[in-house]
Amino acid sequence: MLILTCPYCGVTAEETEFHAGGEAHLKRFGPGSSDEDFETYLFMRENPKGVHFERWRHVYGCGKWFHAARCTTTLEVFGTYSAQVTEPPQEILDTISEKRPGWAWRDLA
Amino acid sequence: MSTRLATGGRLLNKEKAVRFTFNGQQMRGFEGDTLASALLANDQMLVGRSFKYHRPRGIVAAGAEEPNALVNLGVEGKFEPNQRATTTELFEGLLATSQNHWPSLEFDVGVINAKLARFMPAGFYYKMFIHPRPLWKHLYEPFIRQAAGLGQAPKGRDADTYEHFHAFCDVLVIGGGIAGLLAARSAAQAGARVLILEQTAHWGGRAPVDSGGIDGKPVDKTVDELVSELSDMPNVTMRTRTMGAGVYDHGYVLGYERLTDHAPETDGPRHRLWRIRAGHIITATGAIERPLSFAGNDVPGVMLASAVRDYVVNYGVSPGDRTVIVTNNDDAYRTAIALKAAGLDVPVILDARVLPADSPLMAEAKAAGIRVMMGHGVAKVLGGKRVTGVAVCLQAGEGAVREEFACDAVAMSGGWSPVVHLWSHCGGKLLWDNDFAMFRPDVDKAPTGADGAAFVSPAGAANGHFGLTEIVGDAHAMGHAAARATGYEVTPKPAPDATSFEEAPLAPVWLMPQGAGAPLRSKAWLDYQNDVKVSDVQLAAQEGFESVEHAKRYTTLGMATDQGKLSNINGLAILSGALNQPIPQTGTTTFRPPYTPISMGAIAGEARGKVFQPVRRTPMHAWHDENGANWEPVGHWRRPYAYVRSGESVHDAVMRETKNVRENLGLLDASTLGKLIVKGPDAGKFLDLLYTNMMSTLKPGKCRYGLMCSENGFLIDDGVVARIDEETFLCHTTTGGAERIHQHIEEWLQTEWWDMQVYVANVTEQYAQIAVVGPNARKALEALGGMDVSAETLGFMEWADGTLGGFKVRVYRISFSGELSYEIAVKASEGQAFWDALMTVGDALAVMPYGTEALHILRAEKGFIMIGDETDGTVIPQDLGLHWALSKKKDDYLGKRAQERTHMTDPERWRLVGLETVDGSVLPDGAYAMADGANENGQRTMQGRVTSSYHSPNLNRGIAMGLVLHGPERMGEVVAFPGTDGTTYQAKIVSPVFYDPEGEKQNV
Repeated sequence: MLILTCPYCGVTAEETEFHAGGEAHLKRFGPGSSDEDFETYLFMRENPKGVHFERWRHVYGCGKWFHAARCTTTLEVFGTYSAQVTEPPQEILDTISEKRPGWAWRDLA
Repeated sequence: MSTRLATGGRLLNKEKAVRFTFNGQQMRGFEGDTLASALLANDQMLVGRSFKYHRPRGIVAAGAEEPNALVNLGVEGKFEPNQRATTTELFEGLLATSQNHWPSLEFDVGVINAKLARFMPAGFYYKMFIHPRPLWKHLYEPFIRQAAGLGQAPKGRDADTYEHFHAFCDVLVIGGGIAGLLAARSAAQAGARVLILEQTAHWGGRAPVDSGGIDGKPVDKTVDELVSELSDMPNVTMRTRTMGAGVYDHGYVLGYERLTDHAPETDGPRHRLWRIRAGHIITATGAIERPLSFAGNDVPGVMLASAVRDYVVNYGVSPGDRTVIVTNNDDAYRTAIALKAAGLDVPVILDARVLPADSPLMAEAKAAGIRVMMGHGVAKVLGGKRVTGVAVCLQAGEGAVREEFACDAVAMSGGWSPVVHLWSHCGGKLLWDNDFAMFRPDVDKAPTGADGAAFVSPAGAANGHFGLTEIVGDAHAMGHAAARATGYEVTPKPAPDATSFEEAPLAPVWLMPQGAGAPLRSKAWLDYQNDVKVSDVQLAAQEGFESVEHAKRYTTLGMATDQGKLSNINGLAILSGALNQPIPQTGTTTFRPPYTPISMGAIAGEARGKVFQPVRRTPMHAWHDENGANWEPVGHWRRPYAYVRSGESVHDAVMRETKNVRENLGLLDASTLGKLIVKGPDAGKFLDLLYTNMMSTLKPGKCRYGLMCSENGFLIDDGVVARIDEETFLCHTTTGGAERIHQHIEEWLQTEWWDMQVYVANVTEQYAQIAVVGPNARKALEALGGMDVSAETLGFMEWADGTLGGFKVRVYRISFSGELSYEIAVKASEGQAFWDALMTVGDALAVMPYGTEALHILRAEKGFIMIGDETDGTVIPQDLGLHWALSKKKDDYLGKRAQERTHMTDPERWRLVGLETVDGSVLPDGAYAMADGANENGQRTMQGRVTSSYHSPNLNRGIAMGLVLHGPERMGEVVAFPGTDGTTYQAKIVSPVFYDPEGEKQNV
């Protein structure tokens, strides 16, 4: 059972206090988008062995959504950060680069 | 025969006799006994029958690894099967019965299976019972179920209580042996908060039984001093009878405390599940001795050498006057020496090794006058229900008998395996150690936590150290390292000075004798509990089950309740031998929690009965209950399905209520409907994205029915939205939907449209809401007195704040029944009083409360959809003819893009219609309409299904709604719906609005 820190209220808590919300940093495609873009947005997901960016919600706490950068094999947590961003903050990327040299995720590296 | 010795028994209180019953026979033990030691003291060597062949089985071990001595304990509400006698502490009045035999333990008919053993090889069930198929259900399965199974399932409700306990510590030490105690001390001395768990009732583990000393003192003295030192430290918590059951991600550990198993008359919970978060975990879980694989190694009286020593030293129990020792290592000599010291006879030590010189332990045994035969082993054990002797052969040979020894017991030792279970649970890797022929933790590949650092360290024997000197040094250092890992500064002190014997290396022996032929191999047991023999594993390998995981499942090796604690290493060594590959290449199966079985009660904890899932109650719940409510669960709520009067069936009540709403006046407790406040400068814009309709154009004071879709286009909820003021909307959701829709809204607000200035609050439970419905509804409100509720002032789909009968109310003129209807919200605290007031004024207006089923019938008569009936997660608004609720003016709303996909615009989608049975009967809910032809799987083609179906008392006929291929274009056509009862219903496709199609009744 994971331990995560909510970046909003600062509480470090058990996984049961949170709810996982799938892949982070999806770009929404609405009316007017191509079938391919819409399909990718709605259904296509990363399934990495290693570095991953996920959405979580502090559902039994402050109720806020946030992002977590995590390793899917070792379950190491590189950091959590605001959900109100379109890409991970530089310090998270730096932490990952330091711990997992050569990592890549979508177009991030 | 096994018996109680006059002397010895360091764990016993011989002042206090304890009476107990085994298979109806009165027996006597002492305080401090386990059930196993007490049974042995009463010469009860035979304790059960094996699972498959019903062979007589006796006690093999003295601890958690015991495979055979499983008993039923207790009666009725305290009954529990499969309890290990070796870990069951004796108490006054204990009742135990043996398992897996019929008609009796001494005489068992299932033993015929043993005679047929030749015909029941590995994979027997897979091979034998597969054909012919129909026989499986009626013949094979009932037969196997009758013959198989350990113990009996409890029949009554568990009379005991259980609890959960949350604990936090810097360093968790699992195992209270000498290693655990020392590790705990070094961590605690550095200031770390330490929790130490020991699964038995005693500290010190097995070191006090074995030879050696620490700081010039005997080990048990050191243990006493350590325990007293630790108990005095404020930063140390100690728990005996508490097993570390499992290690999980990020330092989460489950502990299993048996509070009253040893004293069942004590008050309080029986078991406690510890839910621990530890900064660092030390697994000081010791090691388990391995059996040797020789013919007849399962005859009662054949025991682990360490267990024999435990029974003699700890419990003062002799397993027999004459015990033959068979070993491949030095440790078993300790047993020989202990037996001699207790005045018992050891006719011979059979040592499979050939060594150039005697080790100190060997020399000591020889000096005690014990005959040692090097290079020898057991050809076979003599005896059936108990050992009568052993036939001796050369280990290097094929089993030619050179000599026979009469004896009552055989003490075997195949070497030791560290208990690596807890190390491995969360991903700790193992190394093969050639010197000790065992897997040990690879300390460089430890489980890692949230920060990427190792969070488990093994210590002592669990780390593959066996000499007392090594154990003490390792544990001491691991305790320091754990304290350091959790941020404490360590001033290292030297480890205590331990002395132990220099031991000669062991020789791996996986089969005895090494050239044993088929007859011997098919009597050499690996897994006692699941009856798996050397020959079974070899057959599995021969048949191609080469992966250890496959061989395990094919032979069931290690799959019994002991999870292969004794059998795993021996089994995979045999498998490796059969595959002609080194053991590490074969690898181990996966170690999974819990270490030994834990009770279901402990897992459930307090969550049983009423607290298993708390029920949500409306403010009027008690009134409903007192007035005949037949309850229906809706989400976590309970809603009255109908209010049943005396002499009435539930169906009668539903019919009466439904008619009365149309004819007079009905009251519905609608408090469960979700109520979400959406507020802020951007609230209208935000709701335009959430709902398919346009909400931003709604005027304050007005209501609008809205639909919500998922981004995938499917309908997820509906409800009436009221605009309170320019910036405030109140959104009603379905009863089960409030939390789900609130989360859905929050998700989009926080993660996609976070720039919008909107706040959402769930106020569902802040209000009691009552629907006042029927032709007399307005009269009832007028009788209460207060605000103007006339059609002119409060029109259909409008709302107003005011007072009624002195209550502050908010009145919504909305209708889910097609009748004149007001939904009135009051403060939750005034819900019951307002309900009472309505019932009082309603008395003269023929008021009746009505339940959810009447609500359903009323809405179905009007063709109103119900989320969850007409929708199932695959239905879009277009399917339900709700095009009018899909705004054409908006560029975007959730689901809009998805609904443009070809499959969503396909004219072949089934669409909503009304269905009227030709004979007026009620269509079965969920029935499918057949069409001609079959699909590619040979299944009959379908052309629709029933989504809602009721008997309408107002129309006095069955009415239904359904989704039908080309439905709205096929009005008047009759379609066939087969029921599950063999009859086929003929139903005509009609408009879904059965009652008052012009909507005149609600708009008055």
